[in-house]
Amino acid sequence: MGEPATNPVLEMTGIRKVFPGVVALDGVDFRLYPGEVHALMGENGAGKSTLIKVLTGVYEIDGGDIRLNGEEVRIAGPIAAQKAGISTVYQEVNLCTNLTVAENIFIGREPRTFGKISWGTMRKRAAELLKRLDLDIDVSEPLSRYSLAIQQMVAIARAVDIQAHVLILDEPTSSLDASEVEQLFRVMRRLKADGVAILFVSHFLDQIYEISDRLTVLRNGQLIGEYKTAELPQVQLVERMIGKELATLESLEDKAQRSRKRTAAAEPILQAKGVGRTGAIAPFDLTIHQGEVVGLAGLLGSGRTELARLLFGADRADQGELSIDGKPVTLRDPQVAMKRGIAFSSENRRTEGIIGDLSVRENIILALQAARGWTRPIPRRKQDEIVDKYIKALSIRPADPERPVRNLSGGNQQKVLLARWLITEPRLLIIDEPTRGIDVGAKAEIQKLVAELSDGGMAVLFVSAELEEVLRLSHKIAVLRDRRLVEELDNSAGVDAERIMQTIASGATS
Amino acid sequence: MTILKNRLFWPAAILLALLIVNVFTSNQFITLQDGHLFGTLIDILRGSAPLVLVALGMTLVISTGGIDLSVGSVMAISGAVACLLIKDLGNQNAVGSVLLIMAVAIAVSALLGLWNGSLVAIVGIQPIIATLILMVAGRGLAQLITDGQIINVQSSPYATIATGFFLTLPVAFLIAVAAVALITVLTRRTALGLLLESVGGSPSASRLAGIRAKRLTIMVYVVSGAFSGLAGLIYSANIKSADSIYAGNLIELDAILAVVIGGTALIGGRFSILGTVLGAILIQTLQVTVVGIGVPSKATLLFKAVVVVVLCLSQSAIFREKVFGRFKPRPAVRAEVPA
Repeated sequence: MGEPATNPVLEMTGIRKVFPGVVALDGVDFRLYPGEVHALMGENGAGKSTLIKVLTGVYEIDGGDIRLNGEEVRIAGPIAAQKAGISTVYQEVNLCTNLTVAENIFIGREPRTFGKISWGTMRKRAAELLKRLDLDIDVSEPLSRYSLAIQQMVAIARAVDIQAHVLILDEPTSSLDASEVEQLFRVMRRLKADGVAILFVSHFLDQIYEISDRLTVLRNGQLIGEYKTAELPQVQLVERMIGKELATLESLEDKAQRSRKRTAAAEPILQAKGVGRTGAIAPFDLTIHQGEVVGLAGLLGSGRTELARLLFGADRADQGELSIDGKPVTLRDPQVAMKRGIAFSSENRRTEGIIGDLSVRENIILALQAARGWTRPIPRRKQDEIVDKYIKALSIRPADPERPVRNLSGGNQQKVLLARWLITEPRLLIIDEPTRGIDVGAKAEIQKLVAELSDGGMAVLFVSAELEEVLRLSHKIAVLRDRRLVEELDNSAGVDAERIMQTIASGATS
Repeated sequence: MTILKNRLFWPAAILLALLIVNVFTSNQFITLQDGHLFGTLIDILRGSAPLVLVALGMTLVISTGGIDLSVGSVMAISGAVACLLIKDLGNQNAVGSVLLIMAVAIAVSALLGLWNGSLVAIVGIQPIIATLILMVAGRGLAQLITDGQIINVQSSPYATIATGFFLTLPVAFLIAVAAVALITVLTRRTALGLLLESVGGSPSASRLAGIRAKRLTIMVYVVSGAFSGLAGLIYSANIKSADSIYAGNLIELDAILAVVIGGTALIGGRFSILGTVLGAILIQTLQVTVVGIGVPSKATLLFKAVVVVVLCLSQSAIFREKVFGRFKPRPAVRAEVPA
């Protein structure tokens, strides 16, 4: 509506949320005005999802206050949030696809006459509601008949109909194609015009600039600032999200400059030509040589992980040609890649890395044992020998091979995973975010290790959100943006953080 | 204190308590008679053999995060196949033929396990549903094999596996011991145990470590099938007939209970063979004790349930904390409590 946006509908001040050992939100302010699309920006672990969960009543705050329409409120749970007019639509649609569109919109609050559900009224009102969102579909069809985009809009329609003043869209576009995104944006604009305040989270920078009016940047649980989208150039946004001032970044890099010489005659180990996977990463070309560290740079959700997974067969490529040592291969599953000397350590340390119940020793020998098959166990004495060696070499603490790995710190778990792969003596080591969420000391040790391995002739594909790290370690840097490999740079004198940020922000090779 | 923390302490303590009750309530707890051992203890060991066998297979299945509900039906089918073939023998006492027939029955059971495993690993049906199919259909299959009748056999070599003695010990007990030894060697002397625990602990992490879970999954269901088949033979040899309705009836629940008492979590991962054996013998002892102390037959199931509830509560750290923690000054002397 035409009201001037003088009073915020939602005002959060000094929000603090502490988890054991981590301050997830540290005095964060956030304001949301009626009739605006406000983007919440930040890298992984910045505190975006914590803030949203505070707002939706999933977490209770440890400090600060929340005001809705000027009144202080305590959001005790998701239902309380809904009653207060805050609705959320998540990336995965939380609807029942086996029910009809109308049922989904009115589930739990069906229009009744004398206790009996009046189906006619329900369908009519559902159709009207969707028409307001420019959506003309048959509401008596099961939801599963429609595309994900439509399902998402049904979820939005439901949210809006529950008198939402505040609508939270958490990564709604991540699985939509371009035309579907356009459709979603139309709906968002319509709602905006109706005075709904929309909090929008997306990893696609272009979308942020297309749809949002203002944005708030978080980093490491702290508020970096609130900006008008139109007044903040993309490069500066990226800089604020990643955190290092350009100057600091450069000086760090100078200090850590290491010899980047490599034999020009080195054989390529892996060559990808037009390899891609629909919905995950656009076709890309990439060559990795012996002894070379290739860094993957890009924001979260830019396709870094997706690219790395294809090269290990963790996900299957659906197009392109991949060859290892010049011979074409199809990486059907990880075992095929392992046989060719490729190792992969996932970014999801907990769910795709360690087996928490098993001991450090068992976790370390797991991949080697899997490659040998169950009938050829590694003799216990040999296991102890290998494990002791790597516990020492990587200084895994505590140095107790029989302790369940779940009791180790994140950094030490990461080292256990590195040990798991190093004992298989790979020729190409793919490591996805090996330094995320671990302490500074462990981080430096892992970086040193990567450098040493590469000097010893191992090829490394190094994936990290931290530009500084990528710059320090890589011979070659592949930059990704919006699930596309946009540029490949030789990490020579002319390349610095600014140069890469430019590419991340604009996609252009200027 | 450390021994109290061991997960197997309470099951072992309750087993011991039940055995002591039996020393007083039974006429003969253990004696040497007619050249072999005899008494309640021996009855318990002999009677627990089928449950131990079934629970061993169940342990492996559960360690991968699965479950096998069809074990009882496989027992019935195995007994039915064996009795049908033995009945048609010219000489039911021919040792060679009877052994061959038992091998056939076990092979059929292993095939049924292969069916379960394929449904779970290849078709991707949830284990509880996949094995429910055979649980229901298998009993029908057993009745078809026996034509709805109870098939009686008069084969002394067959009866030996249930009621015979060797070196003063019951043959059924020795079979169970051999099976425990076999599974222990199979899982702990090879890398099988590690890989199973890994798959059960985290399927996605295991896949990325290069473990091909499908074959392992199929294999554990085959082992479970084969062991259930063997258990079915012992059951049927004991009553010298194939009873397709009551053979292995509800044994899946006792087997799952034995596994859980033994400290293997139903969600998969770490498993304990010793724990399962302890659990199975505990359940059998409980059954014998109920009869021994003269609980009326109508109340038997209820009595059993009460003991199981007490046992499960004793294993729950939260429960122990709540009950015992309340009467004690907070931090100090918790160590004394359970003693």
